[in-house]
Amino acid sequence: MNDTPRVGVVTFPGSLDDRDALHAIAAMGGTGVALWHADHDLRGVDAVVLPGGFSYGDYLRCGAIAARAPLMAEIRSFAERGAPVLGICNGFQILCEAGLLPGALIRNASLRFVCEDVWLRVETSQTCVTAGLTPGETIEVPVKHGEGQWVATSEELERVEGDGLVVFRYAAEDGQLGDAFNPNGATNRIAGVRNAAGNVVGLMPHPEHAVDPDVGPTGGQPLFGALFAAAMSGATA
Amino acid sequence: MSEPLHRQLGLKDDEQERIVATLGREPNRAELAMYSVMWSEHCSYKSSKIHLKTLPTEGPAVLVGPGEDAGAVDIGDGDAVVFKMESHSHPSAIEPYQGAATGVGGIVRDIISMGARPVALLDPLMFGPLTEPRNRWLFEGVVAGIGGYGNCIGVPTVGGEIRFAEAHSSNPCVNVMCVGLAKADELVTSQSLTPHVGSFMVLYGAATGRDGIGGVSVLASATLEEGADESRPSVQIGDPFAEKLLIEASLELIREGLLEGLQDLGGAGICCALSESAARAGMGAEVDLDVVPLREADMEPFEILTSESQERMLAIVHPSKLAAVEALCARWGLHTAVIATLVEGGTLTIRHAGEVVAEVPARSLADDGPEYDRPMTAPARIEDGGDPALTPFEGDLNDALRTVLAAPGIASKRWVWRQYDRIVQGNTVAGPDSDAAVIRVPGTLKGVVASSDGKGRYGRLDPYLGAMHAVAESARNVAVTGAEPLAITNCLNFGNPERPEVMWQFAESIRGMRDACSGLATPVTGGNVSFYNESGGSAIDPTPVVGMLGLLRDYRLRVPSAFPQAGLAVYLLGETAAELGGSEFAEAVLGQVSGMPPALDLSKERALLDLLVAAVGDTLLASAHDCGDGGVAVALAECAIGTGHGFAVSIPTDLPPHVALFSESASRAVVSVSPIDEEAFRALAAAYRVPCARIGETGGPRAVIDAAIDIPVARLAEIWETTIPRLLGEAV
Repeated sequence: MNDTPRVGVVTFPGSLDDRDALHAIAAMGGTGVALWHADHDLRGVDAVVLPGGFSYGDYLRCGAIAARAPLMAEIRSFAERGAPVLGICNGFQILCEAGLLPGALIRNASLRFVCEDVWLRVETSQTCVTAGLTPGETIEVPVKHGEGQWVATSEELERVEGDGLVVFRYAAEDGQLGDAFNPNGATNRIAGVRNAAGNVVGLMPHPEHAVDPDVGPTGGQPLFGALFAAAMSGATA
Repeated sequence: MSEPLHRQLGLKDDEQERIVATLGREPNRAELAMYSVMWSEHCSYKSSKIHLKTLPTEGPAVLVGPGEDAGAVDIGDGDAVVFKMESHSHPSAIEPYQGAATGVGGIVRDIISMGARPVALLDPLMFGPLTEPRNRWLFEGVVAGIGGYGNCIGVPTVGGEIRFAEAHSSNPCVNVMCVGLAKADELVTSQSLTPHVGSFMVLYGAATGRDGIGGVSVLASATLEEGADESRPSVQIGDPFAEKLLIEASLELIREGLLEGLQDLGGAGICCALSESAARAGMGAEVDLDVVPLREADMEPFEILTSESQERMLAIVHPSKLAAVEALCARWGLHTAVIATLVEGGTLTIRHAGEVVAEVPARSLADDGPEYDRPMTAPARIEDGGDPALTPFEGDLNDALRTVLAAPGIASKRWVWRQYDRIVQGNTVAGPDSDAAVIRVPGTLKGVVASSDGKGRYGRLDPYLGAMHAVAESARNVAVTGAEPLAITNCLNFGNPERPEVMWQFAESIRGMRDACSGLATPVTGGNVSFYNESGGSAIDPTPVVGMLGLLRDYRLRVPSAFPQAGLAVYLLGETAAELGGSEFAEAVLGQVSGMPPALDLSKERALLDLLVAAVGDTLLASAHDCGDGGVAVALAECAIGTGHGFAVSIPTDLPPHVALFSESASRAVVSVSPIDEEAFRALAAAYRVPCARIGETGGPRAVIDAAIDIPVARLAEIWETTIPRLLGEAV
């Protein structure tokens, strides 16, 4: 029996925030487990984080090659069993490319990379990372990406909005929405989405860079707290 | 095209004779190509060496001085910081995105080859005025290239500076500094590892193509004239993904103890790495070019030898470790090729298609290049506008402050650094909006602090003082965070050294750097010389850029530059004299770059640095900001803009108000102090003999200085933040 959740972090060639995610997991009291893209082994983890970076250089569409990496087969069935999977930035792009999350990420409307702290409005508590949060609440987390503009076909967008699959929207600190707070031009200011079951979540902002007040905001802390709780309940189920 | 081959390759006639004397025969084409790149200014430092030797390079903290791929300093507990700065100006002038991108890649490999993990990048940049479309293209391309590469390799870009001057229209300067961390006893240097006869030289990383051939000799060691765009094929193309794999694979190779030597491939490519590695080992090598992985099969030997294709490293590997090295590289998806075997003697014997294509002493390439004591002439003092402090000024001081804050060199660079990943690795305590970047050493409370500074205007007016100021200002920027300045790296940006006036500027700058580094006890651990930054006979201002490294014992003590709250006492430290020569005010308001730069008294500077470090250590300061460009008026405005907390101050002075506000007298800082700490702080300042004037308090929404300045902070912030976006034609 583990008394702390084992959370796997996948390293693809070109992953950049994999070590940072492992540090954040450790700082939040979890046990980080390094996973390797070319393996077929999830090493008995209770949850999986797909980290940020530029997997395989992202020279094709972002995340397109990583979505076909050997370990992704295991992650797909892990997700289908209802276990928690969190995709951050490039990890979000990979989950969309893998068909585990709706929509796609394209170049920022500005056509420029953007790195800054943003506020996110929580839209649902029905996910593995927002279970402890209240819809309407805001958290501060940094973004850093060149291709973070979430888009979807009109049918897909209707389903995402209609089924409550939006997890986070870019907003002002008080939760107000407006283009000024949208760093990449994302459709409906969507920063993160979930699958129907809520166990798979992807977001462009970086909660792993928002757990240590010495180096940034702290809006990522509750997300890891919820992820650990989901991991533990999955582990005991 | 009847020019002899050696001249086409950038070699002088006497250098050709020297090669013939070395070999005892005429060199063939491949050999000539090798000497041309290795004896280029860029690789051999032939014009600068004689002056660089005079710089102070030793100190208690220095672990590795000049001569290795990068310098290193000791920060205690067995931790070492590795750092170096380089230029990639000529390639960037021709192809800004790739030029800047590969500049980042090159300096990062220098850090890796020391066995250190790269943890921070800083980019000192210089451009022509952004009112010119071509300058905007260069500016946007360079920034995109730095971001495109840096963001993709997982090394945060945390600082730098950007300056503008007309001379940079044809000669933008792109300098890049990288900082890395290693355990002191795991540093890879020529002393730390022992190669054996029979060991292999293993090339790993990207394949070799036709990009960047002659980059160091054709591009970097000559002036850019008409038709320079045709040199575009000499610019290398970067692949940051491959670089990221190189970082991880190289650090693993070192950690696993699999190497007997490691060198990056940069300028002069395989030729440089082979000859330097062999010369360092005191051996020769049998080289087989047929096994080098190529992008184009029909490459000539000289092309394979001198290609500057990026993202390649050369390791020396004992035969018993070869299989492990190959397996480790394969895991990261990297090619490996055993291109050479170390042999006794000192000869590089290079074969291609079964034939010996070159046979030269390794040392003759790496160490025995020419060394020049070039003629120097002090230029006639230009009759300029004289001392700007004597120019009458009747204008409105509020307008003057707005004008200076809107000067592109002063204005916020947020537009730029917003495009850089500043937080990856999770240790960025302070980034580009701080006077110096602060990077936490993982697992400790220590903070590595870095700043880069250099001001061409001062150099133009007096290269000796200009270099001194670059050292002093970078030290001050490090000290205002609370860190003790330890050592510097540099990038020396100058015109054509074959012109005696430029050589004089260089020698004077080195003299200034020597004196300042000695006086402030911050030795030089290495750096880079970038000559030939001129075109049409017009050179850039002499601009030595200093990369200062400091240590903060506890990063949590770090003091911000902006006023953190209302109700604090504001102090001006140091003395203000009538010094507007080369100032932002003189240029932006009076339209004058003339007179002399401010005087610099190193003992006063040292006292200020010591006071700042002591005061931060005693937690007496709420904020501290360097008082430099734009004088106390701009320093105060910046302190307020950062957080929105205004101030009301009165500056005791006998100087005319505009001089008092905008004088750039050295060795000054603006600090804020909590009322309960004032007495202790004043006592400390007295103990360090630093003049310390309480000039007012923080608070309110306005910036108020005597009867001279009264502007809402929000208005100052708007001016400061929107200047660069406006110049780039963006809606703001």
